[in-house]
Amino acid sequence: MKFGHTLMVATAMIAVAGCSKKPPAELPPAPQETPTPEAPPPAEMGPVPGSQAHFIANVASDRVFFDTDEYNIDAADQATLQSQAAYLKQYPNVRVTIEGHADERGTREYNLALGERRANAAKNYLASLGIDPSRISTISYGKERPEALGSDEASWAKNRRAVTVTVQ
Amino acid sequence: MKYLALPLTAIASAALAQAPAVAPPLVGQPSGLSVDVTAEAGDDLRIAVPKLATDDVRETVAGTTDALGRQIADVIAADLRGSGLFRPLGPSGIPTVSFAEANAPNFAIWPQTGAEALVSGFVRAGGDGNLTVGCYLYDVNLKSELKRTGFVVAPRDWRRAAHKCADMIYSRLSGESPFFDSRIAYIAETGPKDHRVKRLAIMDSDGANHRFLTNGQNLVLTPRFSPDYKSIVYVSYQQRRPHVFVYDVGTGRQRLVLSTPNQVIAPRFSPDGRTLLFSMSQGGNTDIYKMPAAGGTPVRLTNSPGIDVGGSFSPDGSRIVFESDRSGKQQLYVMNADGSNQQRISFGGGSYATPEWSPRGDLIAYTRLGSFSIGVMSPSGGGERILTHGWQDESPTWSPNGRVIQFFRSTPGRSGTSSVWQVDLTGRNLRKIPTPVDGSDPTWGPLLP
Repeated sequence: MKFGHTLMVATAMIAVAGCSKKPPAELPPAPQETPTPEAPPPAEMGPVPGSQAHFIANVASDRVFFDTDEYNIDAADQATLQSQAAYLKQYPNVRVTIEGHADERGTREYNLALGERRANAAKNYLASLGIDPSRISTISYGKERPEALGSDEASWAKNRRAVTVTVQ
Repeated sequence: MKYLALPLTAIASAALAQAPAVAPPLVGQPSGLSVDVTAEAGDDLRIAVPKLATDDVRETVAGTTDALGRQIADVIAADLRGSGLFRPLGPSGIPTVSFAEANAPNFAIWPQTGAEALVSGFVRAGGDGNLTVGCYLYDVNLKSELKRTGFVVAPRDWRRAAHKCADMIYSRLSGESPFFDSRIAYIAETGPKDHRVKRLAIMDSDGANHRFLTNGQNLVLTPRFSPDYKSIVYVSYQQRRPHVFVYDVGTGRQRLVLSTPNQVIAPRFSPDGRTLLFSMSQGGNTDIYKMPAAGGTPVRLTNSPGIDVGGSFSPDGSRIVFESDRSGKQQLYVMNADGSNQQRISFGGGSYATPEWSPRGDLIAYTRLGSFSIGVMSPSGGGERILTHGWQDESPTWSPNGRVIQFFRSTPGRSGTSSVWQVDLTGRNLRKIPTPVDGSDPTWGPLLP
């Protein structure tokens, strides 16, 4: 009786579909000027107050950005957070979570702590503007949820952020 | 797992009692054969690994004893080759060894193969359904036995017998402690960079017996084995909060051990398995805590106004190495296990993260920031050596014998991935560990009990 040791080599075939780019037999009609429809009345059609869409529509931005390995709230961040504080004063029942993030150029564990530090800095600034801190929770995703996917300074700058998310 | 390993000597004599009735040569004769784990350039020892013989071809739940003899030899050869210290010959293309020759090799034929050493052995199926695997190591030129060992093992655990045989050979010829018979836990990764699916997974030290433990629904990070391999502690995000969970490898059940409104980071077991070390953030300040592994009240060990994270116990449990940015940049610190006497040890310029104390106690591995390389230094901070140079290498973990380091390597860009890699303490023998999907956060457990 014998048993040949069999190496199963799985070969991955990557099929590259060729893009056929033949011109169509008949060209589609040229675009025509479409009449602008009557703008619908804005009442009751927009996002619900307290929803993230409503929040974003009514604040300067839902997020603030940070320099490498930093967590200070600069003048631009202050303006953003002031608009968020105004919203939260207008809608006193809305609660938020601030999500802190880091770029990929840091170790996983440190970046989780750094993201928490950033979220907390944004929370503290909102609290300094009179928002009850019990309405604000924080969470860090470290480098786990990048927004920009490149490995360049512009992408990393977009990822070093604290995002305010309304809690429904 | 049911692995019936009798104490080593008892197993060896039991195994040999069943072996062919040939007077065994003296054990442990002096030999010039050795391999040097610290050697700069490889002059790999040529070792013949023929198929293990069987006296009687019997069916087992893992295949026939004849087939297992071949498979065990394959695993032994792969382990030895992977160590970077040996050049195995066989099992194909070299003479076969009969059951009668397993402990009485025909020394006349082996020098012609170029082999300096020979490992032979046998597989027998016992009446109780278990296998007995015998393993003998010979010096071909001196025509002498160097060591023998034997194991009783359930057929489905045949790979462990192979790893234990390879461990015996590695230890006898290198003078180092064994490490092949061990396991790795890591985070298996799939999906795009901004929606990475992460699953807890485990595998043997050679990548075999791979198993996914979680389904990817929740983000899971930073696993660590308990010293007895029964549990894995890790962080899991559930209901948009990070929690510390312990996964029971035997039952597959997950137990919540710490749930707080605070950020929890990087849990790990103490060497005796009784204590969990972790970090927790409050108000932007992250400190290191410990708590009973069974659950209980956390006790704070650090209180600097900065990020203190990533503690790792010394093998005797008396001290902890961790990273802190209290000086402005991430640096390595050592403290007593009760938090007293915190001393910075990294002074090489730049910054350092993710320290891991070697199971031998003699070195600390770390991530060197800036270059994102893996390096080692002594626990007092001297002798810094950089071992790897990737785009981003991170999070070293030690082999059970403190001679090999695994880590994960990331590649840049939108389609960047992570994979598990391994390097010897010498900086040699760098290689990627095969995993079914991408991988990160490897953690190497101790030698299997």
